[in-house]
Parts: sequence; C-alpha cells; structure tokens
Amino acid sequence: MIRYVVSRLVVSVAMVLLATLVIFLIANTVPGDPVLTALGDMAASDPAQVAEFRARWGLDLPLWQQYWLFLQRLVHGDLGVSISSRRPVLQDIIDYAPATLELATVAFILSILVGLPLGVLAAVRRDTVIDHIARAVSLVGVSAPTFWLAFIALAIFYGQLNWAPGPGRLDAVSFPPDRITGLLLIDTALQGDWETFHDAAAHLVLPSFVLAAATLGLITRTTRAAMLEALSQDYVRVAKAKGLRGRRIVVGHALPNAMLPVVTLGGLAYANLLAGAVMTETVFSWPGLGRYTFRSAVTVDFPAIMAVTAIVAAIFVLVNFLVDMSYALLDPRVVKK
Amino acid sequence: MPTAAEPLLQVRDLRTWFLTDSGPVRAVDGVSFDVHAGETLGVVGESGSGKSVCAKSIMRLLDEPARIVGGSILFKGRDLAHLDDEAIREVRGREIAMVFQDPMTSLNPVLRIARQLIEAMTAHGRFTVAAARSRAIDLLRRMGVASADRTVNSFPHQFSGGMRQRVMLAMGFSNEPSLLIADEPTTALDVTIQAQILDLLRGLNRDLGTAVILISHDLGVIANICQRVLVMYAGEVVEEGAPEELLTDPRHPYTWALLHAAPRIDAEAEDRRLITIEGQPPDPRAWPSGCRFRARCPFAIEKCAEHPELLPVAAGRAARCWVTQAGGALHSPERARAGGGAGVAAPVDSSAAVPMLEVPILEVSGLHKNFPVPKEAFFERQRVLRAVDGVDLQVFAGETVGLVGESGCGKSTLARLVTRLHEPTDGKIIFAGTDITHASQAAIRPLRRRMQMIFQDPYASLNPRMTIGEILAGPLILHGIAGDAAAAATRVDELLDLVGLPRQSVRRFPHEFSGGQRQRISIARALAVGPDFVVADEPISALDVNIQAQIINLMVDLQERMGLTYLFIAHDLAVVRHVCDRIAVLYLGKIMEVGPAASLFARPLHPYTRTLISAAPVPDPRVERTRRHVPMKGEPPSALNPPSGCRFRTRCPIAEEVCALQEPPLLEAAPGQRVACHFPGRLS
Ligand SMILES: Nc1ncnc2c1ncn2[C@@H]1O[C@H](COP(=O)(O)OP(=O)(O)OP(=O)(O)O)[C@@H](O)[C@H]1O
Ligand code: SF4
Ligand code: SF4
Ligand SMILES: [Mg+2]
Repeated sequence: MIRYVVSRLVVSVAMVLLATLVIFLIANTVPGDPVLTALGDMAASDPAQVAEFRARWGLDLPLWQQYWLFLQRLVHGDLGVSISSRRPVLQDIIDYAPATLELATVAFILSILVGLPLGVLAAVRRDTVIDHIARAVSLVGVSAPTFWLAFIALAIFYGQLNWAPGPGRLDAVSFPPDRITGLLLIDTALQGDWETFHDAAAHLVLPSFVLAAATLGLITRTTRAAMLEALSQDYVRVAKAKGLRGRRIVVGHALPNAMLPVVTLGGLAYANLLAGAVMTETVFSWPGLGRYTFRSAVTVDFPAIMAVTAIVAAIFVLVNFLVDMSYALLDPRVVKK
Repeated sequence: MPTAAEPLLQVRDLRTWFLTDSGPVRAVDGVSFDVHAGETLGVVGESGSGKSVCAKSIMRLLDEPARIVGGSILFKGRDLAHLDDEAIREVRGREIAMVFQDPMTSLNPVLRIARQLIEAMTAHGRFTVAAARSRAIDLLRRMGVASADRTVNSFPHQFSGGMRQRVMLAMGFSNEPSLLIADEPTTALDVTIQAQILDLLRGLNRDLGTAVILISHDLGVIANICQRVLVMYAGEVVEEGAPEELLTDPRHPYTWALLHAAPRIDAEAEDRRLITIEGQPPDPRAWPSGCRFRARCPFAIEKCAEHPELLPVAAGRAARCWVTQAGGALHSPERARAGGGAGVAAPVDSSAAVPMLEVPILEVSGLHKNFPVPKEAFFERQRVLRAVDGVDLQVFAGETVGLVGESGCGKSTLARLVTRLHEPTDGKIIFAGTDITHASQAAIRPLRRRMQMIFQDPYASLNPRMTIGEILAGPLILHGIAGDAAAAATRVDELLDLVGLPRQSVRRFPHEFSGGQRQRISIARALAVGPDFVVADEPISALDVNIQAQIINLMVDLQERMGLTYLFIAHDLAVVRHVCDRIAVLYLGKIMEVGPAASLFARPLHPYTRTLISAAPVPDPRVERTRRHVPMKGEPPSALNPPSGCRFRTRCPIAEEVCALQEPPLLEAAPGQRVACHFPGRLS
C-alpha cells in the first residue's frame, strides 16, 4: 500500500510539472502581446519603454530560462507579480480563491447529496416515476447552458418571487466577518455571527444550485448506470440466493461496486467546479477565481495565467490522487498484496 | 433412492414463462419431479432446455419478465410458487441453498470472503456475528481451503476459481439447508479441480444428509454422483431413471443421442465420426404440438404427432416417448448416418488422406515465450511469466496432434506462437521447411495461406458488422486468391457447401446463427485460403455435446478430404483421445509427456497424464466404479515461480527427493512416447 501511495505521488508531481510546462508553452505561442495590453498603444510605440518593460518582467530572456525562473519562484511560493493588478499573484489568489472554494464545495456537496440517492433509487425502481424524474433532472442539468440557467434562476427566484437574495456573497448592509479562512460560512460560524452566516448561506443557494446542475445530472446518470450494472452481476443473484433482504443487497453489495465509477467522476467534477465557475461567477457577481482567470486571460497577464494554471493543474492532480487513493480503499483489486 | 416417505420437494407441472414483448417464451413448460431427503438428483439437457430456469424457479430467483404461470413447488408442505417475498427470503439460503456456475463472478469483488460468508448466516438470525465467523472458518476448513483462519479475511481476487467454488460451497452449506441446488458448479473448472469439487460435494451429501440437485451438461459428472437423473428437452422432462440404467440403456431417443454424441475416454473409437442428430431444438415461443423431439428423432413414428406424457417404462424409470412406452427398443446407431456436412458427398481424395508421417510440417524446438507481468508499483523490478518454457514438438503432415493441460498451462500461447500471432522470446519454429521464428508479418504472409487458426469463441472471432459473404471473401481477396468478385462469390459458395451451411447464408450476419453454425463459419473462413495446417484452439468447448459431435465430424471429414494437418487444443480429454493421433501433455509451459493417443491413454507413463485421465469422469457408473482414481493434490502453482526440479513435484503422488533437485528431461520411455519424469510408468 505504501509503495502504491508513493508511486502515485511521484506520478502526480511529474504531472503537475508537465502541466505547467505545457501551459507555459501554449501561453507563449498564442497571439497577444502583454506589452501592448499593459502599457497601452501609446507607450508601446516607444521602444525604450518597451525594452524596459520586457527586462523588468523577464520577457527578454530565452523561453527555457523564463520557465526555469517561473519554476524556481514557484518552489519559493512566489508566483510572480500580476502585470495588470501589479500585486503579487499569490495575494490575488488568496483574495479570490475562498469565494470559489466555498461555492464549488457547496455545489459539490449538493450534487452528491441529491445525485447519489436519486441515481440509486432510479436504478432500483427502474422504469417507475422516480426513474423518469431522475432522467428529467439529469437531462436538464447536463444540457441546459449554465449562463441561461443562471439568468433564469436569478430572474425567477430573485427578480419575480424574491425568495432568494440577489448577486454577490453578502447583502450590501451585512458586515463581512473578520477574515480567518476567507470562507464566509466558516468565518461567521467561528465568530458566532449567525445573522451574517444566514445571509451568506442564502446568497449561496442560487449560484450553487446553478453551478451544481451539470454535476448533479452527471452523478445521477453515472450512479444509475453503475447501479444497474452492479445489480445485474452474478454476486447480486448470489446475495439474493443467500436470503439477504433487498435493501441489504442494494446498499451492501451493489452500491460499493457502483461507487467506483462514481468516485472517478465525482473527483473530476469537483476539480471542474473549482476551475470552471466562470459563467456562474460572472452572472452572480461572485468575486472568485473564475472571474480572476477570465480577466487575466483577456489582459494576457502572463504571471497570473501561469499561476492560476499551475494551481488548477495542481488541484486536478491532487483530486486525481485522492480519487486513486479512495479507489484503492474501495476496490481491493487495485493494490495487490 | 426414492423412499416411501414424503418427498422433500415435489415439483408438479411447473410452467415458467418469460412474458416478452414478442410473446411468451415457454422456457419451462410442464416439469414434474420429486427430490427425497438426502437424495442426489442430476439434471442434464442441452443449452436452453430450461435447466437453470427450473432451478431458479424453485428459489424464486427470476425477475421480470419471467413468471411462474402454473404448477406448484411443494417443499416441506409449503408451495414455494406462492410464498410472499419475505417468506421465500427465509427459505433462500436457509432451507434451500444454491451454487452457481461461475465462481469467478459469484463473489462480490469488493467485500472480504469473511463478510460474505458471515452475512449468509446472520441474515437468517441463527448465528451471532462472532459465532458465524468461527463457523465460517470451520466450513472453509471442511471445504479444503488451506489455513482457513487467515484466508477467510482475503478478498475474492486472491483466490483461484476452484478455491472460490469451495467458498461458494461453504456458503451453501452454512445454514445446514435440506436442499442444495448446484447449477453447473464445475463447468468453469479444470477436470482435476472438477474432480476435487465433485468429491467434496459427494462427501458433504453423505455426511450431512443434504439433498442435492446437480445440474450439468456433462453426463460423466452426473453419472458419478447422482442416484437419479432427469433428462430435460425443450422445457420438459423427457426421461427419468437411475444413472446405471438410463446411461446404458436409454429409453428416450434424445438421451440416446446425447450418449452417442459424446466421445468416451475409456474406449478406443472404431470411427472418428460420432453419431449426431440433425437440426436444432425447437423455438420455445412455439413448441411443436406433437413430441417436441420429433423433428430430430431418428425413431419417430406416426403417433409422434401427438404429445406424449412422461410415463413409466420400467421399474423406477419413466420416459416421454411413444416408442419406448409401447415397449420398443432403441437400436444401436448406424454408422452410415454419420457425417457433419449437410449431405455434401464430394468424392474423397484418397491420396491426400494418407498421412505422410515422415515429413514434419511443423517443427518447434526450445520454444519460449515470456510475458512481462504488469507492474503494481512504479519502482518495481520487471517480472516475467514464462508461459511457454522450452517446448519441442513436431507435427507431421496429415496427422492430428492434441495439446492438453489445465488452464493456464500455455496451450493457447503455444498455438499463437506457432501461428506467429505472438512473437517468440526464444527457440525455433520451422514451418514447411521455412524458419518463421522471427519472420516479419510480410514474410509470413505467403505462409499464412497454408496455416490457419480456429478459435474457441466463434462469436467473438467473427466481425458482427460483416455479412458471412464478406467474412469469407475477405481472406480470398487479401491473399489474391480470387481474381474478381464473381470468382470470390463462387469460392464462397463452395466453402459454405463444404462446411454444410446453406448458400443463402452469404447475406446474413453472424448473430443470426447458432453457436455451432458460427463455428462452421469460422472453419469455412480458415479453409477459404486452402491451408494444409490448421490450429484449432478449443474449437468445440463452447458448444453442446451434439453440436460438438457435428463439428468434430466436420473436421474429420475435411481432414480426410483435403489432407489437413491439425494442432488441436482442448481441455476435454475424451474429445482429444477421440480425434487425435498424437497427444502432448503440457504443464506450466513444458511438455510432460508426448506420444501416440492410443498408447498414452492405455498406458500413461507420466504421473500427471495419469491423474488427468483419472480425473475425467466416464458417463457409466459401472465403469466408473471399476476405475482406479488417482486424486490430484492442490492446484497448479503460479507460472511466475515454478517449483524447482520437476515442476509437477508439488502435486505428484510419487515425488521423491531427486525430483526437487533435478529437472527430468523429456526422454523416450516407450516407442514414440516421450516422458519428462524420473520414474516413468511407476504410478499405475
Ligand atoms: N431473460 C430471458 N428472457 C427470455 N428468454 C429467456 C431468458 N432467460 C432464459 N430464457 C430462455 O429460457 C430457455 C431456458 O433457459 P435456461 O437458462 O433454463 O437453459 P439451460 O438448460 O440452463 O441452458 P444452459 O445449459 O445453457 O445453462 C431458453 O430458451 C432461453 O432462451
Ligand atoms: S415420441 Fe416419437 S418423436 Fe418423440 S422421442 Fe419418441 S419416437 Fe421420437
Ligand atoms: S519427476 Fe518426480 S515429481 Fe516429477 S512427475 Fe516424475 S516422479 Fe513426479
Ligand atoms: Mg443453465
């Protein structure tokens, strides 16, 4: 087991490095000149200013040296300085990441809490009303465009019915809690500020549902398919022949097997939620990483893009590693002896 | 033996249908039988005859669209067919237990053996978890699982197939049921392991008094264990009786056909052709109104247009046949009826049929094939599995050489090496005078025309999206044999005639054919390019006895007509004895014994050959009682790490010290018979 963990770890680190390299190369070949965006057309026409700018940001060095510099600084926790915000990228990320982390985590928990039981029920009660409901839910979730869902949700539940609060993480009149983790739910809870806690939670409802929709649909569908597959296996028939009760067979025999594909999907889905909340964050004015990334891309802010990419890559690899580990725990065939 | 006491189980006129959209499939359609306490009842019949559906009906294990539409299943005074879900659940596993065919898939892969055994006991509230655990260990020990207290905590993948079936038996017996239903419990296992499991089952029945229903398609298996036999055909019982009588003097033509279609391991064949019956079992959606066997029955009379009942034909015997009910006898088969092809009477080219034993068409020496074992960890040293570990073999033109051995001994790898589907690691392969050991695919291409392969699973080896015409024309065009489309079409028609399929088949797809017909198609494809050497890897293993016989007949016919040479791989020793001139016995990648089929079976000189032969059951209880059985210990060791010296020594009943120190060379011990053993012929 230890050997398995270590070897997976080594592979993971190698994958992060590879990812940063690939992104570095892609970022350097796409059209778009950071000088132009950073200095503006006027200044960019002055060769001296341009040269000074290039030297300051290391843009005049050969590519591999730029990459090497980037790696060295990465190891020291220095992600560079954002060209557009002129602040350390790390600082930017610390500011923006918690909002996304909170949103994505709530969305993820939501999609598991709803999707898993729904998928299991749909498989066990195949071709009944619950199965049809599950199919409709996953169809809408997967196929409805996120921005459309986001607008519709805002328009109905905030605009028309006024059941949910508007965009943003808190009402304008709420005082944000002192920053401890940056996660509002946790910070308010730690400080016993339940009023703000409720406000933050209420603000999370719509965006997290919108963000969760696609994931929820996928998890429902995958769970249903995996359960159907597991329920058709010989060992389920054997369990029945032993005289086990139906619930015991579903929960004790089919579900542990059906969890295997769901864990893989769930891990990837969580990483996607973290990385891909751009639409939702834009519509709900959510000050998260998604919007930060989007802005950095538009302004060709190299250090920011690189840092965010490295972090996203790291998140994906970490999640993958965790998926591998839980897989090894769930399926004894993965790690032999 | 049936006693005067009330039977344990009384099945009466059971009808289980699948209510599908295209009408009811009458899988079990009027089955009646009794099982007495402590009795062993065998059920035989070809695939689709309703054996499994019948067993699952008793346990009420069938899901929609299956429904018990009629009849009763009286068990200890209750009708199982009408129990509610909770009541039947209490019967399952407690009063009646079931063991299924495939031990590899019967255990849940993510749960420990212990948990799966324990829950079988705790589900019925008879044991606490602690009591169930210690009982689980005791049971495993009783089933012959080594160091049971430790292995009980293993996961299923750490067990071999035979071990898993022992676990399944432990599970089956854990609640001391009064009836155990075993549906083909040994079909997926090697003969040696099969013998061990059947032995175990016999002992459990004797010691615990549990009644057993044993379902099998193998008459030998049934003959060895059962006190009474049911023969099923087309959803009905067609004959019932004690195996001594039923298997020697069948009273139903279908039983008669089954017996004659199966080659015997204990008898020299006068003729390689087996007796077969034509046609297929009828469609379960629309059984014929008269006798359901009539279309295939060689004894049919006019009366057979009426549906016969199962009636006594002698003391303790019943048959569903007008002829035998009227006292008629089923005569010995006429050899003239033999022949696999559908009436193609092409003249036999006698010159080609004479084996030219002096010319080896294939010569293999010192052949090795190592497979890298997938690494489990990143830094692990690369290990290799020696699938074929130094094989010398000659195949002469016109003969049939059989390859036998337990699963995993390297039979298929050897076949794939000589046809160069695998690249050899070491050694030499000379085919028709050409060294093809490392020849490139392009260099082999011209030789491929002379060397073809037939596989076990005729379905997996035929492209499902191609018509039969396309499948057969493919190799003709690839090898430039047929000049144009018209020539190819003519040749395809000839091929279909040759293997006994209708010419209209060209436009149909593989899934429209039965297993036996698909195997005919793969044979036709192999023969398309006119090979003289054919490697057949378990060509009949997936088929029913009667279809097996048809394919064997076809292969024998083709050999005579076209002077083919066969390398024939099979795990069924009786079949191998029947069709082969010479036989090579493989164990862990090495040849243990090779020699003429007749002398090898009459006087096996290697202990492994001896035990293999003794493990194969004979479908005649009287013969079986006179045979001396040499039990084979344990299971084959891992090919990753074969034992030192003689690799068979860990299971050899006569191993001595020298066997661990020195590897015995393959030496001639009798004319034409070479043996790799320090003490050839000592185990008799
Ligand atoms: N789910 C199903 N739907 C429709 N027909 C089915 C279904 N399962 C089985 N059958 C049909 O029921 C009949 C009996 O099948 P059964 O499995 O009992 O045969 P068997 O005698 O056990 O054969 P085998 O030797 O292959 O195990 C066959 O005609 C089969 O096609
Ligand atoms: S009843 Fe007639 S057709 Fe049926 S098995 Fe007997 S002889 Fe053959
Ligand atoms: S060499 Fe020894 S161990 Fe091997 S088969 Fe002969 S007697 Fe048995
Ligand atoms: Mg069956």
